[in-house]
Amino acid sequence: MKVARQLTFWIVVVSLAVVVACGGKKPPVARPMPPPPPSNPTTSSRPPAPPQPVSEPTIVPPEPVPEDAISSASLDDLNKNSPLKPVFYELDSSELGPESLKTLDENAAVLKRYATWVVTVEGHCDERGTAEYNLALGERRALAARAYLVSLGIAADRMRTVSYGKEFPFEPGNTEAAFSVNRRAHFVITAK
Amino acid sequence: MTKFILTSALAAAVVAWPSAQQPPSQPPPQQPSEIEFTISGEGRAPRLAIPDFIAVSPDAETAAIAKTIGQVLWDDLDFEREFTFIPRDVYSTIPRATSFDDVPFDRWRELNADGLIVGTVRKTGTAIRVEMRLYDVRTRRAAFSRQYDGTAANPRLFAHTISDEIHKSQRALNGVARSKLTFDSDRDGERMSGLMQNRNIKEIYISDYDGENQRRVTVGKTLNIAPRWSPDGRSIAYTSYRRGGANIFISNIFQGTLDEVTKGDKVGENWLPAWSPDGTRVAFSSTRDGNPEIYVANRDGSNVRRITNHPSIDITPTWSPTGTQIAFTSDRSGTPQIYVVGSDGLNVSKRSSDGYCDRPTWSPAPYNEIAYSSRSGPGFDIRVIDLATGQSTALTNGEGTNESPAYSPNGRHIVFTSTRAGKVQVFTMARDGKNVRQVTRTGNNEKPDWSR
Repeated sequence: MKVARQLTFWIVVVSLAVVVACGGKKPPVARPMPPPPPSNPTTSSRPPAPPQPVSEPTIVPPEPVPEDAISSASLDDLNKNSPLKPVFYELDSSELGPESLKTLDENAAVLKRYATWVVTVEGHCDERGTAEYNLALGERRALAARAYLVSLGIAADRMRTVSYGKEFPFEPGNTEAAFSVNRRAHFVITAK
Repeated sequence: MTKFILTSALAAAVVAWPSAQQPPSQPPPQQPSEIEFTISGEGRAPRLAIPDFIAVSPDAETAAIAKTIGQVLWDDLDFEREFTFIPRDVYSTIPRATSFDDVPFDRWRELNADGLIVGTVRKTGTAIRVEMRLYDVRTRRAAFSRQYDGTAANPRLFAHTISDEIHKSQRALNGVARSKLTFDSDRDGERMSGLMQNRNIKEIYISDYDGENQRRVTVGKTLNIAPRWSPDGRSIAYTSYRRGGANIFISNIFQGTLDEVTKGDKVGENWLPAWSPDGTRVAFSSTRDGNPEIYVANRDGSNVRRITNHPSIDITPTWSPTGTQIAFTSDRSGTPQIYVVGSDGLNVSKRSSDGYCDRPTWSPAPYNEIAYSSRSGPGFDIRVIDLATGQSTALTNGEGTNESPAYSPNGRHIVFTSTRAGKVQVFTMARDGKNVRQVTRTGNNEKPDWSR
């Protein structure tokens, strides 16, 4: 914070100097900021110039993250079109393939950006497994996804898991297309 | 014992549903004092004739009740395949009896009937009285006679009671006509409230063994699944998500009360309860120690003991008839297989060798076998392992996908689910895979159990 304030101060000083040097006729042109001068600018032997009478810079409160569509949405709307994408599994498996890891990397970025979100990781299975064993397999899938997110730095206590086995299929029907989307870890945002 | 079951079963029929009241007691049946004997089929199954019961009271309700009792009795007796029957279409050629005194025995004898069941129904105030006799057609003597008083609300219960008593008397068999089924169903199309509105909830239902009198017994607005009858037939243990995660609940369906077997923050997920044969304990799978293991607790949730200890999945417990062993599903070998462990947690052994096996259900005595779901191609079939020989036999053969077997109390039948008729429906079959009957027809109906 202190460094940031010093930085702001020096930026103001340098900007003013540039304006003075250009005769003040041209409108200021936006351009990349020069790097801030070193903290000890008195590299020359000259004594420092007396401080110029500059007006005190107004202290601007830190700009809030602008309300974006995501952070302003209700939980219901969020979950309908969730920024947290489901990850999918192979038959009888809870292993995370390359696609799933990539999805989870993206989900981790979202969870870091919205650091107050609490989510439930649901494990789901397709009807090619039995109803009973699928309850445990779904849990294993949810835990696999959660463990990877924890390894990326997401706090474990933000992610509870639940398994629904094959009780809540996302796609009805008994095609491989339906099965493959029903084998998933599904993210539900429960608090924000 | 029979008297107790009869009284409570008849009384249950008058209970307004769902009711928190104790069922009022009914007068016990009065038994004629004549000596009973067994009707013989002379080397083959006895051939019975069951004409409609005789309505002694002249009103239409009594006539309807009399017809129902005769027809349901036929179905109940047919279910155990201990008798054969004179076809109904020839009954119209026989003069109808109006009482026990004008039974045309000679005509039934011409049709080669060994036994003839004659019954009467009369109104007695608000109740009805049913009298029945099973005659030996050759000697014209009553081999078995009973008289029942009860409510007219559920005439089928008279037939179920008569059937069970005839099987007991004539065949030394514990019939299942008064047993009940339970299963979970999404038939009401109700949706989960809150964040997941596009999901159908499931609730617990019960029905008679033949699928009649289907009734819902939970109001959870959530997933209530995998119900199991307590051995006394008065409670149902099941898996419920009403607390968010999965937990074990017990509904005492005649008291209207609910017990939580697993509760608190530290118990993990809890699935698939199974009653010990004496009804005092419940086995279930829980993740409370990190991964799914089998546990046993008292039915009030106290005295939790861990039975299995393995980092893989252990789930779906079922008790041996004596309560000394528990079978369960584990994928410790790489795929789900059936294992047996002592109820003290010792002596784990693998009992199945198919590719993928689940939902073991231990048969009642005298059969020593475990029925289970086995993957066969894209779906599942019901198979049975003979525990003495290790032999496995298929009971279904790819008629849809077939799952979740459970035995009838006498071990002669299996209830299971199948997609052979479209959605997932409950069916029953004989333990040899024959005599398949569809029990449910609305919605998806799954994970059935059969009362003791």
